[in-house]
Amino acid sequence: MTALAALQPTSTWYLLLGALLFTIGAVGLMVRRNPLVMFMCIELMLNAVNLTFVTFAKDLDDIGGQAIVFFVLVVAAAEVVVGLGIIVALMRRRPGATADDISSLKG
Amino acid sequence: MELLVFVIAAAIILVGAVGVIIAPNPVHSALCLVATLFGIAVLFVAEDAHFLAAVQVIVYAGAIVVLFLFVIMLLGVDRSEDLDTEPLGGQRPLAAAAGLGLLGVALVTLFITHRDFDTVAVGAKSSVGQLSGPASDNVRKLGQALFTDYLFAFEITSVLLVIAVVAAVVLARRASTTQTEPEQLPEVQG
Repeated sequence: MTALAALQPTSTWYLLLGALLFTIGAVGLMVRRNPLVMFMCIELMLNAVNLTFVTFAKDLDDIGGQAIVFFVLVVAAAEVVVGLGIIVALMRRRPGATADDISSLKG
Repeated sequence: MELLVFVIAAAIILVGAVGVIIAPNPVHSALCLVATLFGIAVLFVAEDAHFLAAVQVIVYAGAIVVLFLFVIMLLGVDRSEDLDTEPLGGQRPLAAAAGLGLLGVALVTLFITHRDFDTVAVGAKSSVGQLSGPASDNVRKLGQALFTDYLFAFEITSVLLVIAVVAAVVLARRASTTQTEPEQLPEVQG
């Protein structure tokens, strides 16, 4: 029990968690067809990367890692606003559209 | 204690993430996403990134997920999808294989750079002082970095936000202002 109490989560654990979260997001993006859920999977991947950035910032004592997470948050917010606007415009034309129905730009 | 925090937060994150991708109902996906984002915020606190933890809760769990739920309700897609049928043959096995490959690449990179597992061997430590610990002064350091080194990028993000707002207005507007959509009008009798 004392050995377990002395065990501290190292940065490797955080990086492993980030890798797992990124993988779950990527698999979800490939499997799901609802554009909204695909968007949520992108958010999962962005969060995995943010976790990795913060972990490296702590390890290297470099505030730049946290500054870039701040910018990722801003860009993610802008991306969600525009993406959801596109989805609303699409769904208005074709109610219940999935990613398969929006393939008219396919080459 | 720190271990306990990490294990609980990691469990919440992973369960929430799996919930996002297996829930048939988009509303449930969005709620699972909230759990994941809160777990990430807890880990940010554990890593002494207090400002980012607060921003994570306010922006992600507060604004972005609410926006998702708003759009789900607006479009009326809050009913369950049929996840049992697979419209594209072999998509799920291929996606799982690609995911495993992605995880494999990430793990190989991790173990190459972390040969002795506890110390990070990439890059040199910054000399500006400790980021972790009780005297880390996270908010002041992040603010100083943002308003000195990253000032230009910070100003550019304001332009980006204005562009995003204008884009959202343009996208959400009805295409024609003179012609009213039929479903907006009450049925004309006779």
